[in-house]
Amino acid sequence: MKLPGLTQAFLGLALAAAGGVTAETRLPVGDPQAGEAVYARCLACHALAYNRTGPKHCGLLGRRAGSVPGFEYSDAMKRVNWVWDRKTLDRFLADPMKTVPGTTMGYAGVKDRQERADLIAYIEQAGNSAECRNH
Amino acid sequence: MHTRIQVRNTSLPTIQGVETRRSFLGKSTLLLSGAAIFLLAGREARAKVNDASASDVRVLNSALGAELEAVAAYQVGAESGLLQKPVLNLAVTFQGHHKEHADLLAKTIVKLGGKPVSAKEKYGFPVETLKTQADVLRFAAMLEKGAVSAYLGAVPVLDSRDLAQAAASILGDEAMHWAVLRNALGEEPVPSAFMS
Repeated sequence: MKLPGLTQAFLGLALAAAGGVTAETRLPVGDPQAGEAVYARCLACHALAYNRTGPKHCGLLGRRAGSVPGFEYSDAMKRVNWVWDRKTLDRFLADPMKTVPGTTMGYAGVKDRQERADLIAYIEQAGNSAECRNH
Repeated sequence: MHTRIQVRNTSLPTIQGVETRRSFLGKSTLLLSGAAIFLLAGREARAKVNDASASDVRVLNSALGAELEAVAAYQVGAESGLLQKPVLNLAVTFQGHHKEHADLLAKTIVKLGGKPVSAKEKYGFPVETLKTQADVLRFAAMLEKGAVSAYLGAVPVLDSRDLAQAAASILGDEAMHWAVLRNALGEEPVPSAFMS
């Protein structure tokens, strides 16, 4: 049975507190279909094909952080010197405000590793969709 | 390829021709708004901008940007000609809520010493996908569910517990919007016990 993310988070915290969990360094294999459901959380601020409160996500993988033309980034994000890949996305999505202090993405993060992997897999897959190819 | 409608900024766009209803809604929510403003702005000592409140301002400004976009989105829906009463009335009511959220967030940001973001001069919405009333409702529901998640993600990172409580209050309103929109679509209004 797949537990809701919140339940997993509670269980994860409890297990970590008990010393039963060590940090993994490898991102789990993501499921794009499950990731699409996670992506629904992003839709107050983001869209695939156009900028909103947050920048568009088409072409995110392989793009330099803070580089979408026409989007007004925070100074903090402009200073970030990395390219978005699975590793950097995983790190940022886990805790955006801690990873990039000063980011305007005022969001606690996606705490569940599998959900992050699913979300990244969806964004990666969506980048090859017709919607993204036309933008 | 998306064709987008460009919504001109009219400061805070509101649906036209509904002043009587808006007046009623304004009165009915006056007490809540007053309480919320007190809740958000009551601590004058917090007016001094420090690192924590600067962070809170960034979080609130992100929320404000999304609220302003929601106001514009409901305007597009109402002007699409696709919404029939009583669904049109829902859109008017919900737009009014988002406008109240935006007003409150902007005032709070100013109280904290920050500068509130303004509504964009134009928003891009994928209107080519909106062919029926159900399409408009699904689009609105998608935005509302996203808003619930956004506030859910904002509550734990707000430094001020007063602000977190107020954000949770807005979250509850957005969740009701989502449920009512789902119900209007003939879908299960509350499909799960938890939101994420």
